[in-house]
Amino acid sequence: MIKTCLCVGALALACQFETFAEPRIVSAGGAITETIFALGAGKTLVAVDSAGALQPEAKGLPVIGYSRDLSAEGVLSMNPSLILLNHDAGPPAVVDQLKESGIPLRQFSSVDSAESAIRRIRDIGEAVDRQREAEALVAGIERSLAKIEKRVRSEDARPRVLFIYTRGGGTMNVSGRKTAADAMIALAGGANAVSGYDGYKPLTSEGVVNAAPDVILIPSRGLEQSGGIDELLRQPGLALTPAGRARKVIAMDDVLLLSFGPRFAEAALQLNEQLFPPAKR
Amino acid sequence: MSPGPFRPSAVLAFAVLSALLLATAVCSMGLGAVRIAPGDILRSLLAPETLPPESRVSIDMVLWQLRIPRVLMGLLVGATLAVAGALMQGMFRNPLADPGLIGVSGGAALGAVTIIVFSTTLFAGQPWLADLRLLPLAAFAGALAITLLIQGLARTDGYTDVATLLLAGVAVNAIVGAVIGLSVFLASDAQMRTLSFWTLGSLGGASWKTFGLMAPLCLALLLAAPFFSAALNAIALGEAEAGHLGFSVERVKGILIYLTAAGVGACVAFTGMIGFIGLVTPHLIRLWLGPDHCRLLPASALLGATLLIASDTLARNIAAPAELPIGVITAAFGGPFFLVMLLSQRRRTYPE
Repeated sequence: MIKTCLCVGALALACQFETFAEPRIVSAGGAITETIFALGAGKTLVAVDSAGALQPEAKGLPVIGYSRDLSAEGVLSMNPSLILLNHDAGPPAVVDQLKESGIPLRQFSSVDSAESAIRRIRDIGEAVDRQREAEALVAGIERSLAKIEKRVRSEDARPRVLFIYTRGGGTMNVSGRKTAADAMIALAGGANAVSGYDGYKPLTSEGVVNAAPDVILIPSRGLEQSGGIDELLRQPGLALTPAGRARKVIAMDDVLLLSFGPRFAEAALQLNEQLFPPAKR
Repeated sequence: MSPGPFRPSAVLAFAVLSALLLATAVCSMGLGAVRIAPGDILRSLLAPETLPPESRVSIDMVLWQLRIPRVLMGLLVGATLAVAGALMQGMFRNPLADPGLIGVSGGAALGAVTIIVFSTTLFAGQPWLADLRLLPLAAFAGALAITLLIQGLARTDGYTDVATLLLAGVAVNAIVGAVIGLSVFLASDAQMRTLSFWTLGSLGGASWKTFGLMAPLCLALLLAAPFFSAALNAIALGEAEAGHLGFSVERVKGILIYLTAAGVGACVAFTGMIGFIGLVTPHLIRLWLGPDHCRLLPASALLGATLLIASDTLARNIAAPAELPIGVITAAFGGPFFLVMLLSQRRRTYPE
């Protein structure tokens, strides 16, 4: 029975352009998938990539694999009417194959700032025909950003934030410039404690001491798996920093913090509130 | 040439291998994430105009643009890797030799990692160059360059010493490994994942264009290889003995190295690194048909193609609609299978 259904589905590829049918969207990109759900268009999704599958609402949807390692036939087997791809979806040969299939396809450019994140939400809204919902979402984002701006304006100091990326398992990487973490720290009114390099580098004890962070920011899962704040501060060097002495560690969900998805402003506001706690004023 | 290769048992073996390859290729065309009825495949192959128009789009796209080029590419890559492995094992007189030893894989990996990690910096102004499109070219160039470097190092006064070649290969591969390690240090998480997927290989990029680009180099290796069977049989006795038998060993070694670098380089450039096939296929054939290169080379080509197409079919179907890296399959199924063959052979040779 299922086989027959799939067979009929495959044959229906030909009907892709007919508008009366329900849209069938394949989305490769965590933030794109989250945005589609946030816009109330989750029912149009027929498959997601492995990052999108982390969304609780995406449970049960077929997974087309890691977005940089897609399979053309796998995507086409979902009989999509629209394919939405992250900027880094690949490999290029597979993206070419998908473009040649004639199925409408849209690839979004990379997002690393509030402006580009808002632009992507509007673009996705247009692609899935939820423009009004997208505008409402953007309005909420702009309200959060305004709140942050107001609080940051009333403060003189920019706390120095050290972002440690770890999901447990021993390796700890520290964010330099040009990362999503760097952009979020700036958005929340902090200053990245590390500016000597781009991207992520393994944590070194002396480097950490030199960076002299006021606050340590870490993914919540990473903090749990490192054994909590006490264990984390036992990492060489961390205890010697102002953040270590004051035990100022902020844990946040890494997907929320780093994806620049529909809730990025909410994440920035959360971080902002923790960077500038009311008690301090 | 001796009448050996066409003894009745050899004829039977080649018939079995060819039938196996054909059956695997046909199954592979029929299996995939998109279900296409076997009848429709036959009609598409033989009489496309009789297909109902609504299924013609999916069959044209999936069967003719994705699956058939992929099966053909699997055939070519599998045969090339297996024959190259047999040639290298014969030339080095070493059962562990494979094209990686003369620097083909290391060089290709060096080219690939350069593009994966540095292309966004190198081609900052040209985004169309920055998205990994130069990867096959860089991998191929890397494979050729490192192979030629290793061969140059092992050559004195027009004589390539195989032992030096082998050791120079080990040393240069270690240096290449260091450069790759440094690039990994500089890479982002996403780049590292791209790189690790590349090292596990995939036929996912197969298209008529890539097939057309690699075919000449692979065919050059496959068609030329049989002409070296007699020389390799003689080299098995020792290089000096082969010389006394009238073979110009230096020329044979040189040509085999160039052919392997170009053929395997082309494969690795478009599919990434696919392990096991090149190393083990010739051993399986030797266990079955003996060490005579007249039989070993063509039989390795047939079996290598069969194994790679079968692995790719599994890779495409097990996790559909996602895809497993093919290197996972070749190693997971090939390793134990080879061990069983090896142990049962030993039991036959040395009964308790």
